[in-house]
Formats: sequence, C-alpha cells, structure tokens
Amino acid sequence: MSAAREARATLTGLAWCAPWLIGAALFLFLPMGLSVYYSFTDYPLLEPPVWAGATNYARLWDDPTFWRVVRNTAWFVALSVPAGLIVGVVLAALLGGRVRLARLWQACVFIPTLVPVIAGAMVWMWLFNGELGLVNRVLGLVGVRGPAWLVDETWVLPSMVIMSLWGVGQSVVIFIAAMQDVPAYLYEAGRLDGMNPARQFWHVTVPMISPQILFSAIVSTINAVQVFAVPYVLFRKPDGQNPAGHYYSMYLYESAFVYGQMGYACAMAWLQMLVIIALTGLMFWASRRLVHYRGGGAGA
Amino acid sequence: MKAIPRAALYVLLVAISAAFVLPLVWMLSTSIKPEAQAASGAMRLLPEPAGDTLTIAAENYGKVWNDPAVRFPLYLRNTLIVAALSVVGMTLSSAVVAFGLSRVRWRGRGVVFALVLGTMMIPFPVIMAPLFVVFRGLDGAMEAVGLLPTFESLRLMGTLKPLWLPAWFGGAFNIFLLRQFYMGLPAELDEAARIDGCSQWGIFWRMILPLSRPALAVVALFHFIYVWNDFLGPLIFVNDQDQFTLARGLQLYQGQAGNTPWNLLMAASAMMISPILVLFVLTQRTFVKGVASEGLK
Repeated sequence: MSAAREARATLTGLAWCAPWLIGAALFLFLPMGLSVYYSFTDYPLLEPPVWAGATNYARLWDDPTFWRVVRNTAWFVALSVPAGLIVGVVLAALLGGRVRLARLWQACVFIPTLVPVIAGAMVWMWLFNGELGLVNRVLGLVGVRGPAWLVDETWVLPSMVIMSLWGVGQSVVIFIAAMQDVPAYLYEAGRLDGMNPARQFWHVTVPMISPQILFSAIVSTINAVQVFAVPYVLFRKPDGQNPAGHYYSMYLYESAFVYGQMGYACAMAWLQMLVIIALTGLMFWASRRLVHYRGGGAGA
Repeated sequence: MKAIPRAALYVLLVAISAAFVLPLVWMLSTSIKPEAQAASGAMRLLPEPAGDTLTIAAENYGKVWNDPAVRFPLYLRNTLIVAALSVVGMTLSSAVVAFGLSRVRWRGRGVVFALVLGTMMIPFPVIMAPLFVVFRGLDGAMEAVGLLPTFESLRLMGTLKPLWLPAWFGGAFNIFLLRQFYMGLPAELDEAARIDGCSQWGIFWRMILPLSRPALAVVALFHFIYVWNDFLGPLIFVNDQDQFTLARGLQLYQGQAGNTPWNLLMAASAMMISPILVLFVLTQRTFVKGVASEGLK
C-alpha cells in the first residue's frame, strides 16, 4: 500500500471513530486531567482555582470524616463482594441445573436487578422499618425482636449487604450461562473417578466458570467502591447523616456540590480511582493461578 | 429414596424465589391499601375488605399521579425525553465507532480500541465533579464566541442536555459489544456490497446495521434502563424541579419522609418500576442474551 493510500485509510478510520474520540476527550480525558489539576488547588466552584500544593491531600489525612467513609466503604466492599459471589455461584448451581420451571426461578432472582436503585431503596426503607417493616414482622413470628435496621448504627452494614444481595441476579445469569457451556464429558470423567456431586461442583464447575467469577468479582468490586444512591437515600436524612451509612462517593459528592470544595473532592476522586485500579490489578494478579481459561491460553 | 431430596430441592427453590420477589409483592400490596391499613404493617396481601381493592388502588395511584407537589407526569415526560435522545444517540454512535474499529482497516485501529477498553472501567464519581466544570466551561466558551446568549437554545447548564448529550459520542462498553458482533460477520459481505457499488457508509447503513439488529437491541435496551435508573447524573446537573427525572422526583418523597404515607410511597415506587418490568417481560430473550454476553468479555 502506498503512503498516500495508507494516510487516507487512517483518516477514514479516524473519521469513523471521531464521535468516541471527541466525546472521550471532552467528557472523560478533559475532566480527568482537570481533576488532577484541581486536586492541587483551592477551588470553591464559584471562584477560580488557586494553586494550593498538596494541602488537599494533607487535609484528607487529618479529616476524621474521610477516614470514616473509607472505613465504611472498605467494610461494605469486603463483605458484599464475597457474599455476592458465593450466593451467586450457589444460586446459579441450584437454578441452572436440571430442574423444572428453571426459567421461572431464574426470572424471580433476576427481576430485582431491574428495579431502579432509587425505587429499590424506597421499598427497602419500608421493609426495614423498625416497628412496621415486613422484615421485623416476619422475625417477630419466630419470636425474634428485629433491630431498627436503618437507624441502629450496628445494623447499617448488614442491611447494606442484604440489599446488595438482592441484586445478585445479574451474576447468577452470567454464571448459569457459563455453567451451561461446561462440556458434559468433564462431569462424565468426574463420575467415573467416583466424584460425588459436591466434589464435581468444586473441582469441575467452579474452575470452569472461574473467568466469569473473576469478571464478576471485578465488576462488583468497582461498583461497591462507588456505592452511592442507596445510602444517599436511606441514611442522609433532613435531621442529619447516619455516620455508619456514610460512604466514600457520598462524601465526594458533598465536598464538591454541597460544601463547594472542588479541589478537595478531586483529590478524593483521584484516590478512589487509584484504589479501583489497585484492587483490579490485585485481583488479576491473585487470580493467575486460580482462574482457568479454556483453550489453554494465558493463566492456565 | 431420591424423591425426598428432590422435594426438598423444590421447597428450597420456592423459598429462594419468594425471598427475591417478596419485596416487590409487599410493595404492590402496600400500594393498594388505605393509609391506616398500610401503616399498621399487618401482614395481609389485600386490603380489608378485599372487595375494595380496585377502588383503593385507583385512589392511591391517582393521588400519586395528580400530586401537585411531586409532579409524576412531568418527571415521566422528562425521563422519556432524556431516554429517547440518549438511546438513539448511544446506539447510533456506538455502532458507527464499532464499525470503524472492526470493518475498516487502518493503522492505529488497535490503539484506539485499546483506549476504548481502557476507559471502560473509569467510574463516574471520579469524573463527576470536574465534568460539571467542563459543561459550565462549554457554556462559557459559547458566550465568549458570541453564540450565547444569541442562540439561547444551545445553553447546556440548567437544561437536560448534560444528561443526554454525552450519549451521542458512544459508550465504551457498547462499542466493545457491537465491535465483537461486527467482527463475527463474514468479510465477504463487504466485498460483495462494494462490487455492487456500495459506498462504505452504504455498507454500514444498508447492510451492517440491519444485520446487527439483535446486538443493537441489547445496547438500546440496556442504555434505556441505565437512563431510567440514573440518579447521580440528574442529582448533579438538574436543580430545577421542572426538569427532574423520575429517579430524582421519587427522592422528593423521601425528603418529606415521615409525612409521606407508605401506601403512596409504594405506589410511586411501583409506578417507576413497572415500565421496566413490562419491558423485561416483552424482551426477555434479548435481555438474557445481553447479560450473558457481558460475562464473555
């Protein structure tokens, strides 16, 4: 191919990709670049930014609210992600196996993932109501006095994890699809080796769907680190914020748009980005030996 | 012997399914009760007397629809405007970019594709604060070159544009999804069309787009749901109550928590959820395919 033709081909290709290139530059890379700069400034949003060096980062270090939201978010990630994976895999094994009405059971588990977060939060606000909520009514039937789930600080985290498990259906569908692709001869071989169903599940099914488990772990970690709408609706009341229900993205939002401290918020945003990158990298690294890619590719 | 564990399995399946669906059932049940009965928290599915169910339901849902303070029909209209504009923009532009990344040969294609993949994980909270500044800056730039206030309809801030405009530049995940689909179409198609005198745009518009209808449906469906659910975007860019979307409007009830009766709150929630559920029932196949393909990344 001549140089001129190649240049034309490149221009054509760039033209097709122009929408994304322009959009990403304007709405992704520019904000990211700006946020690096703003994180080193004092920027009250209504006045121009003033260079402030690393003071925002130093302030974060000394800010008890910052550490509180970090702690709350870390606990939520540490509990909700593994819980979601375990429940997801177990449900997929139950609902994706050879059972009657499989589609019906799967639909029941999947439907909650369609519920808009804000509407879901309203529903749970009612279910978790301390005196009248259905959850405590049902617990009352078996003689347990349920707590004030969304008010009592010790029960905020368990409530959050339960609500996140309600949305496990997405992973379940992904796992079921992966399980159906596991070749039957592997189970056959397992049976011949005298494996019982539990061992087959652990030694055949789980390794064969490990790429999807890794994918799900990464996506749900990224989502959990950003958790916002549900706690924003449930724990930020006109009479104040429930300290146990205060999460990282909420504080970031408040810093930027309530307190008007754009520089401070951008410093938080960058730390969040670094944490997400680090966690993703860590999971890829830790999974090298655990994840089995079919076709004998890398990592096998 | 085997019949007993089999029965236990079905009991388990029913229990699991019930646990997942019960919150929504209870929402519906609460939404069709009169205020006092709903607030009592009594575990009944239907109001007492059950014969009044329809009248009470009509009354509750009517109250939500006609509430002068929380204007549901207006928020629905705003949501549909944003959704329609975003979905069309997202589907079309992602398809264009995916075509450029799959069926046009050029140097640098791999680099751009890697860039697309790399941005897939950037979380919105990380860019939300400076994005606000960018939109404000774009208005400022238009003022500087004299477009504003001459052409007031171009203004971005204080309108719904920040919610749907970015969709017209494609989305990384959707581009990826469509690109994978286009890579799977045989190359002979393009050659045949070219011999028939089809331009590149013609190949895209008349052949690839119609062929990729199932993949486009997945993109459109998922983006519609994304817009319908989005809370953070409207929270940041929409301050005027006349421009609230449903997600933002529903939250108004929570602001008055304590004085909003539970039956009306649940009716409002049900009204926000039901269109999505109807859409799900109508498009179940597309849905399951889309979700399953997400895991194949």
